[in-house]
Amino acid sequence: MRVRSVLAGFAVAATLALAACGGSNGSNTGSGAPASATSITGDVSVFAAASLTESFTQIGKDFEAAHPGVSVKFNFAGSSALATQINQGAPADVFASAAPKNMKDVTDAGNADGTPTTFVKNQLVIAVPKGNPKHITGLADLVKPGVKVALCAAQVPCGAAANTALSAAGVKLTPVTLEQDVKQALAKVKLGEVDAALVYRTDAKAAASDVDGVEFPESAKAINEYPIVVLKGAPNRAGAQAFVAYVLSAAGKSVLSAAGFQAP
Amino acid sequence: MRRPASGRAPAALLLPATLGLAFLVLPLLGLVVRAPWATLPRRLVEPGVLTALRLSLQTASLATLLCLALGVPLAWLLARVQFPGRRLVRALVTVPLVLPPVVGGVALLLVFGRRGLLGAWLSNTFGVTLPFTTPGVVVAEAFVAMPFLVIAVEGALRGADARYEEAAATLGAGRWTSFRRVTLPLVAPGVAAGAVLCWARALGEFGATITFAGNFPGRTQTMPLAVYLALEQDLDAAIVLSLVLLAVSVTILASLRDKWIAAP
Repeated sequence: MRVRSVLAGFAVAATLALAACGGSNGSNTGSGAPASATSITGDVSVFAAASLTESFTQIGKDFEAAHPGVSVKFNFAGSSALATQINQGAPADVFASAAPKNMKDVTDAGNADGTPTTFVKNQLVIAVPKGNPKHITGLADLVKPGVKVALCAAQVPCGAAANTALSAAGVKLTPVTLEQDVKQALAKVKLGEVDAALVYRTDAKAAASDVDGVEFPESAKAINEYPIVVLKGAPNRAGAQAFVAYVLSAAGKSVLSAAGFQAP
Repeated sequence: MRRPASGRAPAALLLPATLGLAFLVLPLLGLVVRAPWATLPRRLVEPGVLTALRLSLQTASLATLLCLALGVPLAWLLARVQFPGRRLVRALVTVPLVLPPVVGGVALLLVFGRRGLLGAWLSNTFGVTLPFTTPGVVVAEAFVAMPFLVIAVEGALRGADARYEEAAATLGAGRWTSFRRVTLPLVAPGVAAGAVLCWARALGEFGATITFAGNFPGRTQTMPLAVYLALEQDLDAAIVLSLVLLAVSVTILASLRDKWIAAP
């Protein structure tokens, strides 16, 4: 009996811990020593919006090739989750957000070093399974009976943009799910669990083998600007500054525009 | 059983035990200390909180019933019937314990999703789809929680004196009758303990739920999901939600323990 009640007690604690732990992404520790301005070494830890996954991974590789001895570690997630992690003291060097609002959470908390720079713009498309089986041509088609739609949650930039676009179109949509970042919403389309999701043009392009992106006019009313900034507590400040400079350079811009991002 | 040995508890045990207790309890204290007590009453009556709490309690209870209906017979099979591959089956039963819940959610989608192995058939034959529905939450929670019940009940069955069943058999009882009239009452405390563990695990379930059932308030957004999404926007709201979950689960588990399981 004693063992059982101990077990039950343990279960309480375990459950509470599990309830609390959520989907916390392992944060990267930038262990780089404070390098001089000329030579940068060590890890640069970059917290970037999920929609930057493909382009920043490429930029990271290019950056590492240009700076031997530097290793870029990424933490990709919804911008709101990243902002929370940064404000709770995650040791990050750079923050790239998919919307000014989430960047503002970080700058308001005094965690940014300098003023954020807008480096790209992005807008929404309707991602549908390859071949567009439900013949979706615009936002109005999303409220047809039998059409299941995934949106991002309102606190994530893609969700905020989706709400703006939907209200601009006067479409009142009830999604089946509110996903925590744009890649999760896209995954539900790839898996065939929903018939459509509002994602960024760049995400649809990156997943072009599985999904088609349907353009719609109201997306012009919900364009997201992506700001990037070096963080105040950056363990590798020199590396962070070099990475941001690389993103803003011609080499960085060409990777981003190839991914479908627009110039700011 | 009671008072096994006299004398002081040795420091070599007492010290780590105290540290262990502090390790488990301090984070909970952190929640309590950091809670926004001034705005707590207002936050508690926000409609989203009660909706998520009600959904959590309903789905965790239904998941526990599902686990009892399937898990107790499974535990009996593992404990009482010799069959080839029993060790393998036992290992398979515990797989959800070690599987990251998010992976469990993806696996459920691949089987019960609209295009899944069974899901496609369910959808075409009965028009039933589980993802993004409340029954989907129950399925996800039961998948993750059932091993807790099976292990607890199997342990109880192994610990129970098999001679009572043999006596029942000599008196002419069939296996079903002796299971119902002898075995089940004998292991009732073990079943209760397993059910409590199972319920607690289901209540805290996050990863499989958000992956398989998505996130929509009132339909699939349980407390852990609400906590996770609140965390991205409003830390205080997340703490309030966590405290509610904490209070409810501790109250229910403590009262159940006193009622069903003999206190030490």
